Amino acid sequence: MTNLKFRFIAVPLMAAFMLLFGSGDAFAMHIMEGFLPPSWSLFWTAVSLPFFVLGFRSMRKIVADNPRMKLLLAMAGAFAFVLSSLKIPSVTGSCSHPTGVGLGAIMFGPSVMSVLGAIVLLFQALLLAHGGLTTLGANLFSMGIAGPFVSYGIYKLADGMKAPRSMAVFLGAALGDLVTYVVTSLQLAAAFPSATGGFAAALFKFLGIFAVTQVPLAVSEGILTVMVWNAIRSYAGETMFGGATLSGEVK
Amino acid sequence: MKRSILKNLLLAALVVALAVVPLMTLKHAEFGGADGQAEEAITQLHPEYKPWFAPFWEPPGGEVASLLFALQAAIGAGVLGYGLGFLRGKGESADAGQA
Repeated sequence: MTNLKFRFIAVPLMAAFMLLFGSGDAFAMHIMEGFLPPSWSLFWTAVSLPFFVLGFRSMRKIVADNPRMKLLLAMAGAFAFVLSSLKIPSVTGSCSHPTGVGLGAIMFGPSVMSVLGAIVLLFQALLLAHGGLTTLGANLFSMGIAGPFVSYGIYKLADGMKAPRSMAVFLGAALGDLVTYVVTSLQLAAAFPSATGGFAAALFKFLGIFAVTQVPLAVSEGILTVMVWNAIRSYAGETMFGGATLSGEVK
Repeated sequence: MKRSILKNLLLAALVVALAVVPLMTLKHAEFGGADGQAEEAITQLHPEYKPWFAPFWEPPGGEVASLLFALQAAIGAGVLGYGLGFLRGKGESADAGQA
């Protein structure tokens, strides 16, 4: 019963978000096409590739073990699709968008999100000129790898410390979201150190742009993740998936 | 049951407030993209840097871009809604089967 009500709230909420913030030509987050020097593009692609392969194998294992997980995997990807399309105004007077990768990381373990994150990033790079192909490796590292691994780690940590499940999910999703943008700032500062202040000054500048903007959005992402996670959990239940844990990393 | 409705309503209101408060308080802000600002910052830090690669295709104008962003959200919300509905229906029929 509770879940029926959830849908009445969640669906209009998402619709309202789309109406309010889905329009306009402002672009937010992700390193723009061509805005990383070739050497850094190559470096981040090389770093991200093993995680992508790992994620792909993890995904195949999950589906082979339990074909029903396909639906949940699709839903985790869909959640990232929705959230990364919502450009939300923030306290800094600019817009950015959440990533939505925390949910999947918490449900399936972090490596799967490198594959689902790559799909989202590719869609945005090819169709929206948002992010880019040359910066795909770097963006995948921040959004599809660093963020999900932090989400999963924080979730496990909070869960291990006997925090309420919702709190663990909230913290995991929110901090994973924030870390994504901290990593983006690190990547840009490494590629574009300040002539006078070096890496630290550049980092400070980029953090001011990305991370500060992201703080309220990270809270929003945490809340939305908890809402959807609660719904999935109560609908799917433990029995439907034959007792398979929803949040075990599959090697 | 009542408590969870209230909880979800409260959570939803919080998310809306987080987005609306900046809109209300920062009257003169443009709410442009954070990555546009990053582009400016890069140009300031390294005026000589030229992007060495351009997107193959860019949405011609803001309207088409907003169409594609809305499409992205719609696909995601559609799949998510289908999944939740499917799981819920499955759960109910399993309950009915047991009864």
